[in-house]
Amino acid sequence: MDQFWLIISKPDNVPIVLMLLLVGFFTWLALSEARKFDKARAEGKTVKEAAYGDEADYPERVTVWPFLVREEFLAAIAMTIFLFIWSMALDAPLEEMANPNVTPNPSKAPWYFLGLQEILVYFDPWIAGVILPNVIVVGLMVIPYIDPNPKGSGYYTFRERPLAITIFLFGFLILWVLLTAIGTFTRGPGWIWFWPWQYWDTHAVVAETNVDFSDLFFGISSGSFTGSLIGFAVIAIWFPLIMALPLIFRKGRELASEMGIVRYLVFGNLLAFMLALPLKMFLRIFLHVKYIWVTPWFNV
Amino acid sequence: MDTDALKKEITKGQLWRSVMRHDVEDNPRTRVLKVMSNVFLHLHPVRIPRFGLYLKHTWCMGGLTFFLFLVLTVTGTLLMFYYHPTKEVAYADIKYLEFDVPFGMLLRNMHRWSAHAMIISVWLHMYRVFMTGSYKPPREFNWVVGVLLLTLTMLLSFTGYLLTDDQLGFWAVTVGTNMARATPLLGHEGPFAELTGASPYNDIRFAMLGGSVVAGNALLRAYIWHCIALPLIVAMFIAVHFWRVRKDGGISAPQ
Repeated sequence: MDQFWLIISKPDNVPIVLMLLLVGFFTWLALSEARKFDKARAEGKTVKEAAYGDEADYPERVTVWPFLVREEFLAAIAMTIFLFIWSMALDAPLEEMANPNVTPNPSKAPWYFLGLQEILVYFDPWIAGVILPNVIVVGLMVIPYIDPNPKGSGYYTFRERPLAITIFLFGFLILWVLLTAIGTFTRGPGWIWFWPWQYWDTHAVVAETNVDFSDLFFGISSGSFTGSLIGFAVIAIWFPLIMALPLIFRKGRELASEMGIVRYLVFGNLLAFMLALPLKMFLRIFLHVKYIWVTPWFNV
Repeated sequence: MDTDALKKEITKGQLWRSVMRHDVEDNPRTRVLKVMSNVFLHLHPVRIPRFGLYLKHTWCMGGLTFFLFLVLTVTGTLLMFYYHPTKEVAYADIKYLEFDVPFGMLLRNMHRWSAHAMIISVWLHMYRVFMTGSYKPPREFNWVVGVLLLTLTMLLSFTGYLLTDDQLGFWAVTVGTNMARATPLLGHEGPFAELTGASPYNDIRFAMLGGSVVAGNALLRAYIWHCIALPLIVAMFIAVHFWRVRKDGGISAPQ
């Protein structure tokens, strides 16, 4: 446990602890506000009545001066005090002078990129470090254009947009925040998994024999032409499969017709990208699969 | 002379009126004028939905992100007085800042913790905007601008990481920029690098670092991106972001 305390009390890791607490708190806040709203709606109240609660007869609009300006002023003062206390209590880290000949183990990116660094365990750098970050940014940008649901604008609700919120929470809480925490707190020397009670031993070795997908399931060498073809087939099936799955259900078909073909294709592809990560994590962790598709030029 | 009369004397005078341009009595008219006749306050509309005041609705995260950007601009400018972006003295400058410059350590701490806080607040701002569905029409494009600002915030922090020229920054940036090697077509270890002839001396990582390793040129490039280019780009997008909040119908509220 001493080791764990050492890691979370590192000055640069303190913000992650703070971030985890804040994300937890705000997730609770958003979902409890949503539950309150949904309950009121179920009782037959209008959106406005449900959102405003017992303050429904208060004025809907207020003047910025003094109400908003006062609040901004107070927020700025509170943040300033918080920063001063933080800065007096904790010094910014400064290690020894940069030395290209001494590689620290583990070598870690800044904490907000550790989720991406964690993905490097499961995918080669060209996917984990280049393709996926770009897909994340583009995927976030297109959210407003692929969400056909006009409801739930300007208030917290779950029932009016369950799909959008579920996907976002999965992406944000699990694939981003949790992976960042894993990359920070459990990955020690050699990027080996260490539990909080374990000591980060620089000489630790984990014996792990990885196999490729076609070797494991078909006994065909992944480097062979047939093996490569099998790998390609898995990827080629994965994307249409994820896109087709919702269409089995009536609600999925309704969603698709509401979205139209282009929106649905974009949505389906992004979803397939997103779900490929937990799938590959599962294959890697439990079946020790390294690559699904091996080619002379790149591996997936 | 009583204070009320003095106050009146001052606020009716030419000097006061040339600056303030409106009465000081608190009435609906002056509340509007106070916002409209002030260049900083007029970023706001005159009236906002009451929901815009509720912390449980806004989490205050957008405003705090902007405030942290201002704190970072001020502390960053002060840090620039004590810092030379060269391999010879960069690390010594940080030591000098920590041990010799009055309040230097406090200044550096403020800058670093504000940067971390800004990353967190910008994530939480996005989280809030998603959870209230505030990206929905007519606010789609402002969400796109917001995602760009989020990305730029992380790049700002990343470029600042190298500037201390210590092991922490050096290896974090080495790990980060090594990813660029694997860029398809454009990186020398990426798929199809042989088609474009990408090598360690001409690929996209070389362009980022100004060399094949993280060294003096990388320090200078990080410094220029961090202190000039990215803040300017971010400031421009912030202007667009704020302007669009108003043009797209103000802060979202239940309709």
